[in-house]
Amino acid sequence: MSQGHATSTGLDNRKMAFWAFIGSECLLFGSLISTYLIYKGKSLVGPYPHDILNIPFTSFSTFDLLMSSLAMVLALAAIQRGDMRQGKLWLFVTALLGLVFLGGQVYEFRSFVHEGLGLTTNLFGSTFFVLTGTHGAHVTVGVIWLLTHWVQALRGKLGPAQAMTVEITGLYWHFVDVVWIVIFTLVYLLQ
Amino acid sequence: MKTWLTTTDHKRIGLLYFWTAVGFFLIGGLEALVIRAQLARPEGIGVSAEVYNQMFTMHGTTMVFLALMPLSAAFFNYIVPLQIGARDVAFPRLNAFSYWVFLLGGLLLNASFVAGPLFGAAGLSVAPDAGWFGYANLTSRQFSPGPNIDFWVLGLQILGIASLAAGFNFIVTILNMRAPGMKLMRLPAFSWMTLVTQFLVITAFPVITVALVLLMFDRFFGTHFFVPAGGGDPILWQHLFWLFGHPEVYILILPAMGIISEVLPTFSRKPLFGYTVVVYSGVLIGFMGWGVWSHHMFSVGLGPIADSVFSATTMLIAVPTGVKIFNWIGTMWGGQIRFTTAMLFAVGFIAMFIIGGLSGVSHASPPADLQQTDTYYVVAHIHYVLFGGTMLGLFAGMYYWWPKMSGRRLSETLGRWHFWLTFVGMNLAFFPMHFSGLLGMPRRIYTYGAELGVTRLNEISTAGAFLLGVAVLVFLVNLWRTRTRGELAGNDPWQGATLEWATTSPPPVYNFTVIPRVESRLPLWATEHHAAMAPLPATPPEPIHVPGGSWWPLVTALGVPLIAVAALSHQLWLALAGVAVVVAGIYRWAYEPFEV
Amino acid sequence: MRPTPRLLAAILLAAAGCGGTFPQSTLTPRSDFSTAVNTLFTSIFWWAVVVFVIVEGLLLFVIIRYRRREGGVGPRPLHGHTALEIGWTLAPALILVFIAIPTMRTIFATAGRAPAGALRVEVVGHQWWWEYRSPDLGVVTANELHVPLGAPVQLEMTSADVIHSFWAPRLGGKRDLTPGRVTRIAFTADSAGEFSGQCAEFCGASHANMRLRVFVQPDSAFRTWVAGQRAEPAPPARGSPAEQGRQLFARSACIACHTIAGLPQARGIVGPNLSHVGSRTTIAGALLPNTTANLRRWIVDAPSLKPGSLMPKLTLTDADLTAIVAFLQSLQ
Repeated sequence: MSQGHATSTGLDNRKMAFWAFIGSECLLFGSLISTYLIYKGKSLVGPYPHDILNIPFTSFSTFDLLMSSLAMVLALAAIQRGDMRQGKLWLFVTALLGLVFLGGQVYEFRSFVHEGLGLTTNLFGSTFFVLTGTHGAHVTVGVIWLLTHWVQALRGKLGPAQAMTVEITGLYWHFVDVVWIVIFTLVYLLQ
Repeated sequence: MKTWLTTTDHKRIGLLYFWTAVGFFLIGGLEALVIRAQLARPEGIGVSAEVYNQMFTMHGTTMVFLALMPLSAAFFNYIVPLQIGARDVAFPRLNAFSYWVFLLGGLLLNASFVAGPLFGAAGLSVAPDAGWFGYANLTSRQFSPGPNIDFWVLGLQILGIASLAAGFNFIVTILNMRAPGMKLMRLPAFSWMTLVTQFLVITAFPVITVALVLLMFDRFFGTHFFVPAGGGDPILWQHLFWLFGHPEVYILILPAMGIISEVLPTFSRKPLFGYTVVVYSGVLIGFMGWGVWSHHMFSVGLGPIADSVFSATTMLIAVPTGVKIFNWIGTMWGGQIRFTTAMLFAVGFIAMFIIGGLSGVSHASPPADLQQTDTYYVVAHIHYVLFGGTMLGLFAGMYYWWPKMSGRRLSETLGRWHFWLTFVGMNLAFFPMHFSGLLGMPRRIYTYGAELGVTRLNEISTAGAFLLGVAVLVFLVNLWRTRTRGELAGNDPWQGATLEWATTSPPPVYNFTVIPRVESRLPLWATEHHAAMAPLPATPPEPIHVPGGSWWPLVTALGVPLIAVAALSHQLWLALAGVAVVVAGIYRWAYEPFEV
Repeated sequence: MRPTPRLLAAILLAAAGCGGTFPQSTLTPRSDFSTAVNTLFTSIFWWAVVVFVIVEGLLLFVIIRYRRREGGVGPRPLHGHTALEIGWTLAPALILVFIAIPTMRTIFATAGRAPAGALRVEVVGHQWWWEYRSPDLGVVTANELHVPLGAPVQLEMTSADVIHSFWAPRLGGKRDLTPGRVTRIAFTADSAGEFSGQCAEFCGASHANMRLRVFVQPDSAFRTWVAGQRAEPAPPARGSPAEQGRQLFARSACIACHTIAGLPQARGIVGPNLSHVGSRTTIAGALLPNTTANLRRWIVDAPSLKPGSLMPKLTLTDADLTAIVAFLQSLQ
């Protein structure tokens, strides 16, 4: 939109808007995480977190998401220097790692339901599914966004001139990654 | 018509916000009149408990979310880009999207008044009925089985999307789209207060969104976030709601404070006294507004320590608020005050806001608040702040900026009638409420016994409310006749100091023939150090590119209420259709050629 | 600077323009709790009056003195005055300190913990009536709370459904009843008499009809009342309309919701305990005086008197209704 326009602060309009958006998202996840913490240990019936959370499995998912952030960095760097071959590759790898994370989450949700923890089973189930589900929805949006860039790149419509758009996608992706680290620490590691 | 549906011009969007908000203001006002008519006599005049509960819920919800906020938004839209010397906002299409989502959210909420038959309800209306802060667990499916609360939950979430989108937009606009030389400390006070307000919007609305999402899960999917039977705690709702709700109070009042910080200097022919202090106290209020939420909850019994802490922070926030009042009086001191209607409303704001502030201090004391909360005393307080404060400030803004927005001045004669009827009406309506509250009348009661001894007080309040209704009619007549018969305004009818007065009234679509260069805080006034800015050329020296409209903000916005209607009617296909419309709209939006 | 609370009350009542009895006035306290709050409010009120007069006076002065005059010279463009601004920041801050200190003291004094040995009463809020249970005394009653004069009372409150708020303005301030939590009010009444109050937190359709009474009784009268409540009500005389009503009651839908001591069939706990309903001054959540006419109206069509009431409409013959009313009135 206003690409190339001089702005009062020198920061691109969209980038600034995105930083504001991330600030807003912090409050959204902050409220959800607070709700989780406030209701920690308040469930009237099981299963409880230690019955059900699979830390080794989720550690793998977390590692996967961290690696996707790395791939995102490589994708952006490649696009910025005009290397679209590498750019396309790393965009796809980022999206793929995101999909692997989502697949892991689907598997995790299904196994929890199988083990008797549903959305309405107890407060742990409600807070857990709403918190991680909201995060999963964010990852889904990110994957769609990344794949959109990838398709545009395949059609030759994404180049260094659009690097700012990719940079904003990257900001979003890294933010979603950081939120996961917080969730992983507070929900899985500090039971 | 088409150009209005596709418009991305901040001025047209400002006018859309204005007329829509005036419409909702009238609806909210009628609801208030039903409430006051019922309370005129003990045992009421025949309004049923159910209808009454819908009336006060919708009155509060409508006035806060559909009248005061969007009336402020009308001025953010129309005036802020002009004040900072920009051609438009940073994201014109996002701006259009905000408006359409707001309109559709408001319509959805009010559709509940006639949606009863669709839900097999006994009556026509299934409007929300749990109060504007919808305390859990009254809002749970068990105690509110009808669709009433669903409308409220979904409507407010939609309105939140509109506010958030506008929040990002205006933060970027004000920080990034300023004319050359317009440093932050040269920003007009109204634009400053807009900036603070938008920061509050983007931080406070996510919190209520989470609260509403949790409530939605409780109601639609059977979770127990606020249901004690499942271990949930209804008090969590109160924390989340007021964590949003108190910043929301400042979201409502700061724009009005910004308006009168423009009106007072113009009509006193003096710069704003202590500009820096007014700005910083506004920022400080914005920050401190986050640390006082539990003062809405003193009767919950959070314990003496929590009560003491929140009492102290609340008293502290009175200090920067008080400072602003002295600065406004200082602005007029030694001035040459012209009592135009805008100025009358601005002075009325100060006079009434003092009363609201003082009763606020008595709520800040938890033991005193134990007798006052949930009574008419608190109703008096909120109306002195939100009507005596925000609404009088917004009226001041209307008389001040309507010439800029329409090219014609509102009638000063009718304006004076409007002001004095409003001033007398609001004091008749709201001042006696202090007494009825202290004498033991709780709020939100559709009936009371004659033995309470508050009949006379309620009669006076009702008379005042109807006088306010007359005042609003005078204002509408004034708006209407100004369309054709108002005196032409010219560029600068009031000898204002800020950039919006440097261009024509109404401004051309590109706002300024050339983007002005700003040398001082009051560019159109000569001060000790600066000459007044030279007039802009009458025609643009070089062609200015004006972006065409776009359908996609409207299309994308239309998908949002579809999802809400799907939730109300439990139709999965409709939800998928809504999502499809939103996604398609976003893609077309992202890839259509549109330049600023 | 320290006029008595009574003066404030007099001013406000005069301003109210009528000399009623104001049964729910916060300005005529009759307990330690309400008196402490009223004293605090009075001092805040007078500070507010002082600030109001100064600031509104200043505002009036400025708008009169500095009106534009024909041919006046342009004003000096004054941008600010540091010393003045510091002054008017500190002044309100100082006043707030004078309000904050007694506030903090009163917060702790009214925190709700009564001394040991206080009479404990459990208050349970229902849509839309109050249940009072005193395990110490072995008394369960509804809507009308009886407490002894001059002795500390500890209310321990919770709710059976949604959030309510117990508010007897002249005695106990206000505190919410939240399901799943226990909140407390402690007060010592200093005058005997009948005090009214009502629910203060919006709790649904009939929130306005959720009233209450508190009877403060001298020690002997209070003990008499307790003794009366502990005893089973005397069975009605054989062949009397009340005895006929008792049989009707035992066979009716009433027993699903109401308990009556001495009537084994009546064990319901959804509605108020009616063991001594005849001795109460009011019915229907302290909404209506306990008269024959009101009882009849209430039994036949409760929802019309109290919208949303769980008590359904009952179809009864006139004779049956008369008998049931007679029975209820016999429950002294």
